[in-house]
Amino acid sequence: MPSTPEASGSAVQREKGPAPALELRSITAGYPGRPPVVRDVSLTVPAGESVALLGPSGCGKSTLARVAALLHRPDAGSVSLHGAPVTGWRYRAPRAQRTSIGFVFQQPRTAADPRLTLADLIAEPLRATRAVPRRDRAAADEHVRPLAASVGLTGDLLTRRPHEVSDGQLQRACLARALVLRPSLLICDEMTAMLDASTTATLVNAVESYRAETGAALLAIGHDRPLLTRWCARLVDYPALPVPASAGPRPPSLRETAHHH
Amino acid sequence: MTPLQPEPGGRNPMRTRVSAGIVAVLALAVLSVPLFFPLDQQAVNLRETLLPPSWEHPFGTDGSGRDVLLRCVYGLRVSLFVGIVAAFGAALIGTAVGAAAGLLGGRTDRFVMRIVDTFSSVPHLMLGIFIIAMFRPGVWPVILSIGLTHWLSTTRIVRAEVLSLRGRPYVDAAVSGGASRIRVATRHLVPAVLPQAGLAAVLLVPHAVWHETALSFLGLGLPSHQASLGNMIQDSRGTLLAGDWWPTLFPGLFIIVPTLAIAGLAGAWRERLNPRRRSELML
Repeated sequence: MPSTPEASGSAVQREKGPAPALELRSITAGYPGRPPVVRDVSLTVPAGESVALLGPSGCGKSTLARVAALLHRPDAGSVSLHGAPVTGWRYRAPRAQRTSIGFVFQQPRTAADPRLTLADLIAEPLRATRAVPRRDRAAADEHVRPLAASVGLTGDLLTRRPHEVSDGQLQRACLARALVLRPSLLICDEMTAMLDASTTATLVNAVESYRAETGAALLAIGHDRPLLTRWCARLVDYPALPVPASAGPRPPSLRETAHHH
Repeated sequence: MTPLQPEPGGRNPMRTRVSAGIVAVLALAVLSVPLFFPLDQQAVNLRETLLPPSWEHPFGTDGSGRDVLLRCVYGLRVSLFVGIVAAFGAALIGTAVGAAAGLLGGRTDRFVMRIVDTFSSVPHLMLGIFIIAMFRPGVWPVILSIGLTHWLSTTRIVRAEVLSLRGRPYVDAAVSGGASRIRVATRHLVPAVLPQAGLAAVLLVPHAVWHETALSFLGLGLPSHQASLGNMIQDSRGTLLAGDWWPTLFPGLFIIVPTLAIAGLAGAWRERLNPRRRSELML
């Protein structure tokens, strides 16, 4: 009998298919001393599917992405990954849960430690989790080289430091870093906002071939509707005008405004 | 632009070159002189007391007939040793405490910073005297006394730096990549603050030298027979009023000139580290 993911799941999941890769329920999040930037937002990314989250700048998309990547603890609401509820964020999240999500930031400049070469940057998650011995450069290279090639980074760039490469080249390295631990969910927060069309195409293709190979789910966040329409199976509009909790009706949850393409 | 005129932005290559020259000459002196001219710390020559500067004794002799130049070099040697060890020890404590406070944050951070405030509220020379009073006179109590009272400024610098760095997206990326707190600290944060901490350590060296000489001058530092700049000034205080200026002036210059030269070099380094200047260069 072929083993399927459902075989090990609960009765409910057997009926409804595998648990969603990411489920955000009524998330409210923000920063101390300020009103919350994300209010009562819900969003589901089914396993293996691609969902795009569209919204204008400054509407809280990035904060929501950080909540989903377990980098920012929400004030209210719950997150579950593949059906497992998340109980801790940042260092308090179990390492396996944290690394099951690959995260690509909008600004490669600030997302790259300026002291590391691109090869070390890409290999850093392998070393941090001791997936390869920390001093074994050859073992790390075995993982880094094919990955670098798949995002279009040539070998000579790998010995350079971030200030010696362009934004596009650095973002390729950041995408490779997000993929190096083979995450089952990839979150791209405005991954291509800073980049030219050809780099954008390379990165999107790299993400899609990784997904075709591993069946990983994708949450792509951005404001470029034509790109995200072509890239993702499902488009979700972020509520345009967050209404303060005290006044007026609560903003519609994302699931209610979602529509298929 | 003449070389003496400082460049806009405070860079002064002439000052840097002069400082580097002085530091190089004095470093060579304190390292090589003991190989060729051994000094018997106890020896006196009562037939040659208070000779003014001459070819035989370029800095003259002191009230016990000891050559002032040789004792200045030996005094600088011990002062620099104490200054460097104490300053780097203090910077090491400061970096460790500051990084821990900045990284752990919350209650730990508040607790550590209240301790820092408490230490800062007491004059550190007095605190140093308390520490030194617990030991027999010697080099290591002086180092301990200076090292244990000068880690506060480094702690503040490193903590502030770590607090600003730990919110950076690249730290988020490390967390997302499965890094532990310790990994983030050792891989991303401490290497980033090391230049600042190293600079703080070098800036502390002149200050530590002044402390060593001040403690010796007060009779609390090195044993009084030992050639030390503070001891020499203390010994020759009485003869100064009689018009014998050389046993006081030369040790004084041996305190001021090297420490200003080290401070000058540290200043040049600080300007290179200044992120605003660096970003201007990159544009």
